Amino acid sequence: MLLVLFIIAHMAGNLHVFEGRESMNDYAHGLRTFGAPLLPHESLLWVMRIGLIAAAAAHIASSVVLTRRAVEARPVRYVSRKPAKGESRHAAATMRWGALVVLLFVVWHLLDLTFRTVNPVKDLPDAYGAVVEGFAPERWPVTVFYLIAVLALGFHLRHGVWSAVQTIAGPNNKWRKRTQVIALAVAVIVTAGFAIVPLAVTFGLVS
Amino acid sequence: MSANEYYTDGDPVADTKAPAGPISERWEQRRFSGRLVNPSNRRKLRVIVVGTGLAGASAAATLGELGYRVSNYCFQDSPRRAHSIAAQGGINAAKNYRNDGDSVHRLFYDTVKGGDFRSRESNVHRLAEVSTEIIDQCVAQGVPFAREYGGLLDNRSFGGAQVSRTFYARGQTGQQLLLGAYQALERQVAAGTVELHTRHEMLELVVVDGRARGIVVRDLVTGETTTEIADAVVLATGGYGNVFFLSTNAKGCNVTASWRAHRQGAYFANPCYTQIHPTCIPQSGDHQSKLTLMSESLRNDGRVWVPTERGDERAPGDIPEAERDYYLERRYPAFGNLVPRDIASRAAKAVCDEGRGVGPGGLGVYLDFADAIARLGEDAVKARYGNLFDMYERITGENPYERPMRIYPAVHYTMGGLWVDYDLQSNIPGLFVTGEANFSDHGANRLGASALMQGLSDGYFVLPNTISDYLADGPFEAVADDHEAVAAARASVNERVEFFLNNDGDRTVDSFHRELGKIMWEYCGMERTDEGLRKAIGLIRDLKDEFYERVKVPGTGAELNQQLEKAGRVADFFELGELMCIDALHRAESCGGHFRAESQTEDGEARRDDERFSYVAAWEFAGEAPVLHKEDLEFEYVKPTQRSYK
Amino acid sequence: MKLKLRIWRQPNPEAKGKMVSYVLDDVSEDASFLEMLDVLNEQLIADGEDPVAFDHDCREGICGACSLVIDGQPHGPQAATTTCQLHMRKFRDGDIIDIEPWRAGAFPVVKDLVVDRTAFDRIIAAGGYISAPTGTAPDAHAAPIPKQDADAAFSAAACIGCGACVAACPNGSGMLFMAAKVTHLGLMPQCQPERATRVLGMVAEHDAAGFGGCTNTGECASACPKEIGLDVIGRLNRDFRKAAARAA
Repeated sequence: MLLVLFIIAHMAGNLHVFEGRESMNDYAHGLRTFGAPLLPHESLLWVMRIGLIAAAAAHIASSVVLTRRAVEARPVRYVSRKPAKGESRHAAATMRWGALVVLLFVVWHLLDLTFRTVNPVKDLPDAYGAVVEGFAPERWPVTVFYLIAVLALGFHLRHGVWSAVQTIAGPNNKWRKRTQVIALAVAVIVTAGFAIVPLAVTFGLVS
Repeated sequence: MSANEYYTDGDPVADTKAPAGPISERWEQRRFSGRLVNPSNRRKLRVIVVGTGLAGASAAATLGELGYRVSNYCFQDSPRRAHSIAAQGGINAAKNYRNDGDSVHRLFYDTVKGGDFRSRESNVHRLAEVSTEIIDQCVAQGVPFAREYGGLLDNRSFGGAQVSRTFYARGQTGQQLLLGAYQALERQVAAGTVELHTRHEMLELVVVDGRARGIVVRDLVTGETTTEIADAVVLATGGYGNVFFLSTNAKGCNVTASWRAHRQGAYFANPCYTQIHPTCIPQSGDHQSKLTLMSESLRNDGRVWVPTERGDERAPGDIPEAERDYYLERRYPAFGNLVPRDIASRAAKAVCDEGRGVGPGGLGVYLDFADAIARLGEDAVKARYGNLFDMYERITGENPYERPMRIYPAVHYTMGGLWVDYDLQSNIPGLFVTGEANFSDHGANRLGASALMQGLSDGYFVLPNTISDYLADGPFEAVADDHEAVAAARASVNERVEFFLNNDGDRTVDSFHRELGKIMWEYCGMERTDEGLRKAIGLIRDLKDEFYERVKVPGTGAELNQQLEKAGRVADFFELGELMCIDALHRAESCGGHFRAESQTEDGEARRDDERFSYVAAWEFAGEAPVLHKEDLEFEYVKPTQRSYK
Repeated sequence: MKLKLRIWRQPNPEAKGKMVSYVLDDVSEDASFLEMLDVLNEQLIADGEDPVAFDHDCREGICGACSLVIDGQPHGPQAATTTCQLHMRKFRDGDIIDIEPWRAGAFPVVKDLVVDRTAFDRIIAAGGYISAPTGTAPDAHAAPIPKQDADAAFSAAACIGCGACVAACPNGSGMLFMAAKVTHLGLMPQCQPERATRVLGMVAEHDAAGFGGCTNTGECASACPKEIGLDVIGRLNRDFRKAAARAA
């Protein structure tokens, strides 16, 4: 839940890029100085970071447990396999591989746009510049990797959101059908929202 | 003086346990006169229950609850797969929730009459009494019976009964009742009172000093044969309809447990009493492995017909009204398509024998819903029979909304079985028999929705009360594993297994079973003749000889070997089939589910012969020629009358 | 029609199995899938080979014994149909058909296509019942049950315990089977006293038996021959959460 909310907020924040350099950098600055001078510098960020790391760790740990149980529960695999027919089909079938893509991406993403280790713009307050330079047309492989990752994230959310609600919501059939729609909507909006920024930069709409 | 050369007469046999006195007090009297076992002694007593269907699982669970140590065996991989699971229609109980005049006495009366006066009044009355407790028990277990909007149980009238006394759970009543019993059984397994042995088949009964003391079983996975000794043995092993090869029974249903007990001395009663159900899906070819029943309720709206001309190959829609013979409506104007099962079945076979049957092999008659659809609309027909129509289409690939269904009779239930007294004890002390495996309470014909009632009545309420009178003498002396009787029983099992595995044959078990089934269906099915039965006995004997000479069983005895399992079962079916024909031959009357050509009225209807045959035929195994023990039937409360459906 | 079958052959639980090909020349399209295997077995016996072992009993879709994965799908391509009710007219002349057993660690192969499903019985023994010893029942009409609840309970109770849900689940989970029983009993007023212990006991036994965890992929429901839906899993989750919270 925390992770899903973060993703949505992060996506919304990203859209500041369309409002120009100033707005984007103000937003980034605002996150760091939230509550100042009452609270220390970056206190909101650190609370969020700790929360997110804890949530991600729990998320990954439980998925490892589930995956290990799944592997043990089917020691001999089927010779013949058919495509998924269940609730969210391919989304459900790609949860684990998709998760690995997302995980690798998060590492890259932090090195790229947070720590700037692999980003040409080292000036931390210039978030806008980092985005524009990071997704510059000549760095198109970065954009492609980014797009693949957000697509994987979309799939992951598609099944993840629905599955989370199914686990919590009980046996209500009406809500299960609604949740299918909600999960799909969340997945499409998040994917589109994240994908639009690098695409816009790469194709020169934002510079 | 025996009536033919195939058997000899023995002394009469009597049920010595049924109390005298007013019929409605007999069960209470028997429960009082029977001895009890002190609760602290029960755990010193072991009871073997073979079978986990309604009669077996309910008995094992209840005996476990009472504190006995129970060993429960089944050949399936789980107790829940026993064939009771497939019963569709419902279960009768004299609750009179409808206020439509039902009572224990009426259910008793209907059942004695329905059995065509070939059952015991005392037993049937007890069954009717206990019926109400069964419903209470099942509801308490969570069986999801059909309910009305007010939340109370729904009832329907079944099989032509004038009162609505049938409780049901959609078309899967047997499944739900069995799961209730299965769950009660698993609860006792968890409590440690019942030991469950799945994929184990009973292959011999161990009789020591005249008492049933144990069984020899084969572990179907490892092939190992072991003996278990106990203080009493309960057989709840179902019916023997599969002697006909094609029947509505599950493929695994067999007579081996009962037959092994019979060979050890237990009487087999009324083996020729089988029930044939008129509305089954016909066979589609030589590959056919079983027949599927469709609910009899279809006859409420469907019209049965065949072409007037023999060999008419036209599609049903192309046959004009004038060239159709609605033979049930023609012959039985009062009841029409709703004549009883046996009459509908026999009439169908008769028109097919005339060459007017339809579908593959000419073994089928039409059950036409065109009029019902025109009258009620397709939606109304769909609401009533939608699931049955879907099932029919799944199996045949034909759409019954557009093309008449094809139906044909099939063997469905066997009323005969091991002889038991009022306590459900066979003539071997310590051997009890419950459910379809005993010759029971249905006489020569079983009413719809009575099989489930009898299985649960025996298992939940009757046996647990009556077995204590026997067990009060226990625990019985220990029997060593190398005791002569144990060793002999085990040796006989191993010999049989070795024989089949080493036989240098060239024909499969199934090919013999199919051929045996054809003989049984042709000559010992719904219509029998003296000549035909004599012929059948000869054919069965010849085929049996060929079976032992030519049967081929692949594999070894130390593994899961399904062909070996079948070989043993078919070998016993051969012996049973012969006894069924001998029984049918000697019973020269038309009665209940079957018609004896030599015993009919002038207009071709069944004529029962109470003068000569108002008895239970209990057969003792004696090699070639069995010995007949008669138990005379007396009717104090329901006076015999002839049926008439004209 | 002519068919090529590729069937999993494994002589015993310890052996390493493999797919073996067979050709059947003349299969009637009116035959059921199991009758087609009967024909194959008759042919194998005649040729002096070991026939294929497979579980089956009632052959009318209710006992739950038959258990074949056909072309990667438990009970084959036809929805809401057990293997025994699947007929050959659903296949075409010249088809190659793969036949495998249920594959799950909790369902070890016994031989060929036969697996051991006693883990399901153990789950039921761990709480899938109502404690109502014979003779203790009140009158059947003592507690009315709304028709809606009785119908919903029936739909869940229609489970035949075949294990197709486990076979279809990418995680090898027995959740649908277990949840169907929890739902059936949970909807009945007479089984409320054991509701919490039931779900805790059954889940513990399920996990101990080596079934995987549920990730709501829904493959189970789409494979279920009795069309039991995911709502039962929602109910189990809710019951489990409440019971676990109370136990904690």
